[in-house]
Amino acid sequence: MSTVDLEAATTPAVATGQDRAVLRRFLRNPLAVIASLVFLTIVLSAVFAPWLAPYGANFTKLALVTAPPGEEFLLGGDGAGRDVLSRLIYAGQLTLAGSFLTVLVAAGLGVSTGLVAGYFGGWFDRFGGWMANFLIVLPGTIVLVAMFTLIGPNIIITMVVLGVLIAPNFFRLVRNLVISVRNELYVDAARVSGLSDGRIISRHILSVVRAPIIIMAASVWGIAIVVQAGLEFIGLGDPTTPTWGSMLLDAYNNIYIGRHLLLPPGLMIGLTVGALILIGNGLRDALNGEEAIIVAPRQRVKDAARAEAAVPSVPEALLEVQGLSVGYAGRDGSTKTVVRSVGFTIARGEILGLVGESGSGKTQTALSVLRLLPEGGMVTGGGIWLEGQNLAGLSDAQMQAIRGKRIGYIPQEPMSNLDPLFRIGSQLCEPLQVVGGLSRQEARGRALALLERVGIADPHRVFMSYPHQISGGMAQRVLIAGALSCDPDLLIADEPTTALDVTVQAEILDLIRDLQAERNLGVLMVTHNFGVVADLCDRVAVMRGGEIVELGAVNDIFARPQHEYTRTLLASTLEDAPVRPPLVPRPPRRQNAGAET
Amino acid sequence: MSIIATTNLLEVDDLTVHYGKFQALKGVSVTLAPGETLGLVGESGSGKSTLGRAVLGLAEVSSGSIRYLGQEISRLDRAGRRALSREIQVVFQDPYTSLNAMLSVGDILVEPLLVQGVNGAKARERVQELLDQVRLPSDAATRLPREFSGGQRQRIAIARALAINPQLIVCDEPVSALDLSTQARVIDLFIEIQERTGVAYLFISHDLAVVRAISHRVAVMSGGKIVEQGPADQVTSAPKDDYTRRLLMAAPVPDPIAQAERRRARLAQAGKVPA
Repeated sequence: MSTVDLEAATTPAVATGQDRAVLRRFLRNPLAVIASLVFLTIVLSAVFAPWLAPYGANFTKLALVTAPPGEEFLLGGDGAGRDVLSRLIYAGQLTLAGSFLTVLVAAGLGVSTGLVAGYFGGWFDRFGGWMANFLIVLPGTIVLVAMFTLIGPNIIITMVVLGVLIAPNFFRLVRNLVISVRNELYVDAARVSGLSDGRIISRHILSVVRAPIIIMAASVWGIAIVVQAGLEFIGLGDPTTPTWGSMLLDAYNNIYIGRHLLLPPGLMIGLTVGALILIGNGLRDALNGEEAIIVAPRQRVKDAARAEAAVPSVPEALLEVQGLSVGYAGRDGSTKTVVRSVGFTIARGEILGLVGESGSGKTQTALSVLRLLPEGGMVTGGGIWLEGQNLAGLSDAQMQAIRGKRIGYIPQEPMSNLDPLFRIGSQLCEPLQVVGGLSRQEARGRALALLERVGIADPHRVFMSYPHQISGGMAQRVLIAGALSCDPDLLIADEPTTALDVTVQAEILDLIRDLQAERNLGVLMVTHNFGVVADLCDRVAVMRGGEIVELGAVNDIFARPQHEYTRTLLASTLEDAPVRPPLVPRPPRRQNAGAET
Repeated sequence: MSIIATTNLLEVDDLTVHYGKFQALKGVSVTLAPGETLGLVGESGSGKSTLGRAVLGLAEVSSGSIRYLGQEISRLDRAGRRALSREIQVVFQDPYTSLNAMLSVGDILVEPLLVQGVNGAKARERVQELLDQVRLPSDAATRLPREFSGGQRQRIAIARALAINPQLIVCDEPVSALDLSTQARVIDLFIEIQERTGVAYLFISHDLAVVRAISHRVAVMSGGKIVEQGPADQVTSAPKDDYTRRLLMAAPVPDPIAQAERRRARLAQAGKVPA
């Protein structure tokens, strides 16, 4: 066990729930409950060994040396004529206590140093990291064997040293978790409230690291049992007190005359370690929250879509959406509808704004046109036609081709839509080569021309850049270039300027307007900003709670909003809000008592 | 501490802050009177949030001074900061990460009270008062932040800032994560609380319209400097500085006719022919 890789065993579960909810979920997991009961039984039987075991641990009956299971010794006798069952129960004491000591030492050392290193950083963090690396590269088993030659059989010291060797796993886990919460705004807020570091750690930081520590402790306990058994098995234990490992050794020594002796200690170790791992997994699942949502089969979607509206009502429209409903499958099999009977058309060269607040269903509507709904989402009714072609009837492969060639998409977060590992150029060229069928050289030329067209001053430099080397506004220009690369007829833009500064937003809106005019594009513009609608759109649909409440020409809707909700939204815009009356001078209040200490 | 007769609550003078080699603030000076709102507006990287964090003691000051009621606070030790927490509080932008998801709303609101030594029953009473002030139901105390919408969470954050009756609240983009209609209501709440309690706000936002609605005075920041400072109405409707003018022209107005006009003016100013 030169390196014990525990990282994989413990996905850092950022705990969000209350303890009670976690406990309830844990108890609903049958495997975890059974494992807990098994483990509890093993622990209790070790604790109450003097009352439970039929004989003493060292009670010997020479007639029953390596005896098979029988009436007197239920599991038979070992190589020295002792009762296997009794020794098995007694052996639990030292095995469990010794391995638990390892957990205590590893967690105590690792968690305390990890907290300090993560929270305060600085030299302690560097030193701690160096120590952790040093301990991890030490060949653990060899260290323990070497120690045995120095101090002789002392299982307690051995387990403490093993704990020290495993401590770096706790150190790394805790340090990384603490660093991730240290910069959370609520920790800043606590600092501004005047909380001391100790209080911030106990109130805000421990609560986050507690659960992953418990999960890791469960698996470390299991590992410690195995390591301890291994050491005892090679004869490095204290022969006077039984452990499962020393019982294995005895069984091995008598393997030709009493093969049945291997089974009880082997089974015990396996059962205990298995139970600990299952408990750890159960805890992790309980902390991670509800199980994943059930993904509804796609087939139902298409059938529903085909069954209803089968013909477009405005065949000459570029895009027509009719009676569109979108739902998400709940865990209990029910469907939560997020878009309800939405219908609109977009003509060539027209910009339609889809405006609404969060949760209004505007993005869901746009994503269902692209057939890019997130897991669990599905079109539950209605139809979508692109120049009379029913998109619902297409296979995923056909839809893929439509997305590349006929519909371009501009997402909200430019940066998260570029792969940080590839140069901008290769990300632009790939679809041109794969979808557009261009050669490498042609694709390069075309990509450079596109970059220039979207207003990038030095296309060659950007072509060779990685995403982190360019600004957010530049990244959005690159994505617009990407959306245009295969000459689409329809552009779907999902809040394309929300993440950008206002001066950059103005430039991007100018760019979209120019491109739209130049290429006679139809545009579906999803936004929450009425300023963007006023700037760019020809018509606008106002959405609330998954429905379109009002749809019309932009000038009409701004001048004469018909629906109550549209009026409320327009009244909420701050541009016409009154300015505050001048400040009435007032003296400062005396400082709060006690503040001037 | 020195005793200086002053009518200003906060005086920031020639403040410089470095993040490593990057100079985030390059000699910034602002003042804030009791009960006043100073709006700080600028784009990302302008240094507006850094100024707020420096006032809160969360960013290290390289040079210059920050005085609160005449007392230098830019280089306070931990104890001094703790004492000051009765006076200066904060509301952050993101109502999702600024509240610890594992604590109940009551626990979150009690936190600043505990620090100041307000005990159990009294603290609980104050929590109810605070929830009432920010128009949240009184059973909110026993619930978790995730049970509330963005706007309601921001009300919780405001209640936390108000808990110990500070004289100054630094508001760092407190409404930019909120929906339009929620935004307007939260701004109304900010104004109403100010009128009732006389608290002063250092109100940071990227949105000129938001700053205009809540501020008495506005300071425009760009590249770590203040480029223009003055009464809210003047700065946000008739700016003198070029950058401020560009900022104002770039923000689209929610009126198609006025916006077409503004767009033409902006493009003309930039020397481009309007499309």
